[in-house]
Amino acid sequence: MNDSPLIIAGKNYSSRLIIGTGKYKSYVENAAALEASGAEIVTVAVRRVNLSDPTKERLTDHIDPKKVTFLPNTAGCFTADEALRTLRLAREAGDWKLVKLEVLADQKTLYPDMEETLAAAKILVAEGFEVMVYCSDDPVYARKLEDSGCVAIMPLGSLIGSGLGIQNPVNIRLIVEQSRVPVIVDAGVGTASDAAIAMELGVDGVLMNTAIAEAKDPVRMARAMKHAVIAGREAYLAGRMGKKKYADPSSPLAGLI
Amino acid sequence: MRVTVNGEVREAPDSATLADLLASLGIESARVAVERNLEIAPKSLWTAITLADGDRLEIVQFVGGG
Repeated sequence: MNDSPLIIAGKNYSSRLIIGTGKYKSYVENAAALEASGAEIVTVAVRRVNLSDPTKERLTDHIDPKKVTFLPNTAGCFTADEALRTLRLAREAGDWKLVKLEVLADQKTLYPDMEETLAAAKILVAEGFEVMVYCSDDPVYARKLEDSGCVAIMPLGSLIGSGLGIQNPVNIRLIVEQSRVPVIVDAGVGTASDAAIAMELGVDGVLMNTAIAEAKDPVRMARAMKHAVIAGREAYLAGRMGKKKYADPSSPLAGLI
Repeated sequence: MRVTVNGEVREAPDSATLADLLASLGIESARVAVERNLEIAPKSLWTAITLADGDRLEIVQFVGGG
């Protein structure tokens, strides 16, 4: 069962599943789901400290950044400038260079603003960040982001938090074929089969949050996602059978009575 | 003097340093970052940075997110 590890910015990961840490009922449940998922990278948000209660329970009390890679994101940023400020603060807070850039265009769809995203990516790369970038499924922009020095290209499968699954398999496949850095489907996965479908397209990993956090049993869904990502990856490496128009018996015809 | 911290106006003694302000707010330094007037205020300089009237500070940390 040979498979190469997922390598992002020179670091090896044995899990190809990345999970978010938003929308959980509690940090305890979040930590349990993380354990069940086997993920080695979690996305985290950067927000103001609550001044009225600065000792309030913190994410880092439950998930140890020494054991799991924290991937600070720019969720909620609608301009390149906001994203840059957020990630500079994230680097100062955690002393990590690996970040997830997302610059959103529209509240209703949370669709990425690719013009702002590309502008921010170029500046971040110049400042020494290792940028994993949330992007549209446009292969042209994906190539521009890669050429600008991003360390992972992360197109959406469908809208953030929608659970609509992989709506764009052809574009995802085009991006996989052209990319020399890891391609990770980020957003859209609703259930385990969606994660498997993404992996069967040959992507290097899947990033999800809501599919696990809003499942009735998030820990169980986290485990399901772990298996789905492994299954999809194995199926991709195994190479699926060809599709046929008509039946083809599995039992030999010779020796029929 | 008055400074704005995370969007709230706060009183601080004249010549207070950034480190003084954080201590008065009960904020531990671990995994917190500070931006002062849109520039990062590195942790190593907190005791050296003297606040000025009208400073705008953002103090952030990591929280759950997707």
